[in-house]
Amino acid sequence: MPVTVHLPTVLRPHAGGAKTVTVEGATVGEALTSLTGEYPGLSGQVIDDNGSLHKFVNVYLNDDDVRYLDGLNTPVAATDEISILPAVAGGAVDRAVPQPE
Amino acid sequence: MLQLTDAVYNQMVAHCLVGLPDEACGLLAGELDTGLVAVCYPTRNLAASAKLYTVDPKEHLRADRDAEAKGYSIIGVFHSHTHTDAYPSPTDVAQAPDPGWHYILVSLRDSVPVVRSYRISGDAIEEEPVTLRP
Repeated sequence: MPVTVHLPTVLRPHAGGAKTVTVEGATVGEALTSLTGEYPGLSGQVIDDNGSLHKFVNVYLNDDDVRYLDGLNTPVAATDEISILPAVAGGAVDRAVPQPE
Repeated sequence: MLQLTDAVYNQMVAHCLVGLPDEACGLLAGELDTGLVAVCYPTRNLAASAKLYTVDPKEHLRADRDAEAKGYSIIGVFHSHTHTDAYPSPTDVAQAPDPGWHYILVSLRDSVPVVRSYRISGDAIEEEPVTLRP
């Protein structure tokens, strides 16, 4: 069934600049496989070499992180929307913190 | 170039100050091609740390939807460094998700906050001008 997928800015150039694409799939995994099949430039950016969700990507089915559902096996309905977002993190941990004199 | 309104600048710095002693973070929405920031989304630092930040993914989703509904995209992230320069750390560089984004550092090391912006692509860090507009 057709499923809408929202792409973050970093992935859009690999999908012809599209913000949203429609792909086929009965599960999140199938939808993402269809996505990378249609846009090969996205390969390895959402699903890693082991077939798991990439560590630095969060995938939502509507409002829910699929990692807290059934992961890539989570079933999708025609009205569902998948959102792919980059994990955003960092920090100053690698820099020495000045000690008070 | 990053273009900030006074309101966005103040909102960003205020969120960083309120977040002390931990690092604070948030997302910026605007126009990817011009670097004009229209909306600031302060977010929770899930890491709750003075040395690390993680943007709450659920707040990221809400910000992304709101930005898209307004005709914008998320084009950058800001976070504070509580005791160090406004310069990306190796952690910031390693985890920068998008070479098209603007990476804003707010240093709270000194009494006056210092705001600087960078583009990060791979290991390359390039500072960019920050302009303020009404």
